Amino acid sequence: MAELLNLHDAVARLVRDGDTVAMEGFTHLIPHAAGHEIIRQGRRDLTLVRLTPDVLYDQMIGMDCARKLVFSWGGNPGVGSLHRFRDAVENGWPGPLEIEEHSHAGLTNRYVAGASGLPFAVLRGYAGTSLAEPGRTANLAWVDCPFTGERLAAVAALRPDVAVIHAQQADRDGAVQLWGIAGVQKEAVLAARRSLVTVEEIVDRLEPRPGSVVLPAWALTAVAVVPGGARPSYAAGYYDRDNDFYQAWEPVSRDRDRFLEWMQAHVLEAVPA
Amino acid sequence: MSVAAAVAQGRATPAEMMAVAAARALSDGEVCFVGIGAPSTAANLARATHAPRLVLVYESGCIGAKPARLPLSIGDGELADTADAVVSVPEIFNYWLQPGRIDVGFLGAAQVDRFANINTTVVGDYDRPSVRLPGAGGAPEIAASCRQVYIMARHSPRTFVAALDFRTSVGFGAGAGDRERLGLPGAGPVLVATDLGVLRPDPETAELVLTQLHPGVTVDEARAATGWDLRVAGDLEISEPPTASELEQLRRLEATQRPQGAAGGGRAPHHETERSRDH
Repeated sequence: MAELLNLHDAVARLVRDGDTVAMEGFTHLIPHAAGHEIIRQGRRDLTLVRLTPDVLYDQMIGMDCARKLVFSWGGNPGVGSLHRFRDAVENGWPGPLEIEEHSHAGLTNRYVAGASGLPFAVLRGYAGTSLAEPGRTANLAWVDCPFTGERLAAVAALRPDVAVIHAQQADRDGAVQLWGIAGVQKEAVLAARRSLVTVEEIVDRLEPRPGSVVLPAWALTAVAVVPGGARPSYAAGYYDRDNDFYQAWEPVSRDRDRFLEWMQAHVLEAVPA
Repeated sequence: MSVAAAVAQGRATPAEMMAVAAARALSDGEVCFVGIGAPSTAANLARATHAPRLVLVYESGCIGAKPARLPLSIGDGELADTADAVVSVPEIFNYWLQPGRIDVGFLGAAQVDRFANINTTVVGDYDRPSVRLPGAGGAPEIAASCRQVYIMARHSPRTFVAALDFRTSVGFGAGAGDRERLGLPGAGPVLVATDLGVLRPDPETAELVLTQLHPGVTVDEARAATGWDLRVAGDLEISEPPTASELEQLRRLEATQRPQGAAGGGRAPHHETERSRDH
């Protein structure tokens, strides 16, 4: 049953050095506040997993939280590069960063297999690409369909130690509802051994909403109330994406010193939620 | 002529001509899987002009999005709020893209080779890249499974290269017949729109051929901007210049994406280079 914790205690209990951590969110509902708390608590050697590592993972990589990144598209959407990610891959700063990269379809299906309790998932993908060259991509193999003989890509199940997501609401028992663009958050939570959901607010009753994802309390480890916890990403029904911030991140993240100053002022010295 | 002069005279810049040429290739009522950046601009231009019933699908799970302003990211709230349906990421790839329900996949590229294969992963050696690009995203499976693929890229020898540093997404592989050998269900790229003209694959060899030039561009300029010995179609066409309506709609759309407080000036050249490289 999900335990209601404050953000500090939830991160302290659930996220450990060396863990494989999936902080999902497809542009929408990115768990920025939780990521900042992980940075403040000085976690190291994490394997970070996410389809679309954007500004949050750029910050965590630049602050040396990560040993490895498993991903499928690493950019600042509509703006350009992730400079801290690039600096790590191109120059090994602040430390070497191992990468395992997939396509969105491939990494998505790694989560699906993990959530399904299966050893792998199949898809029609990767064929003919450099990702499919022998020895290039971990957790990718090929299988022949037993019914049709078609050769298909197989991707190994992903089982993160902990999944961290942000949602709009939880009820008093810790059941969670999110709506709008839902990304791969449900699969990440169900694939993970532990899960933390930060929410905008606690409500007496979760009102049904079209296309929403509801995660029962017993399927979650911890819930923390963090209003604004997705900013500068957005939470449908609560606040909009701060596109100006994503544009402004470009010059801040280009320069190591300017980046570190920004993190000091806005994350390390910020008051935890 | 400078970009500023072109705009002042009400004429199209090369980038605008590229967007118009790509938009014109989309037919009303088609279902189009849209990448962010230039493809999204062109697809929304088509929807604002000759193809009001174009169905835009974004990999964030937004099906039938009808944005009034250009999204900065593929997951902007505007896309979800205006969509016919919003589905999860596993669903968009497994249920909608993979079975072949999409007519046109619309991709950008950092590098394109003569068989319309695409690199969006690295420049240089994979393990020691000189430029680390964002990577695959949805592109490999979009390129594999859509019935047709359109590509947009600025024409330069840095982009149109003899050999890719990394093959992120397959066009025609090593040439005609490779898609069939690889089991890729879609027909592959049928059009590459650039700021100089349009390239289409030779029906026999699958090699990209210059079939269309934009007004004022010469064959020599297109060949000089291509990193291989670019073939030119015998019946080379000249693109119709953008209509007043196309240009007006395109500029109206692009104005919706400028950061607040940056009205009028447009983007710095360096910034624009980053955008075109990364998408």
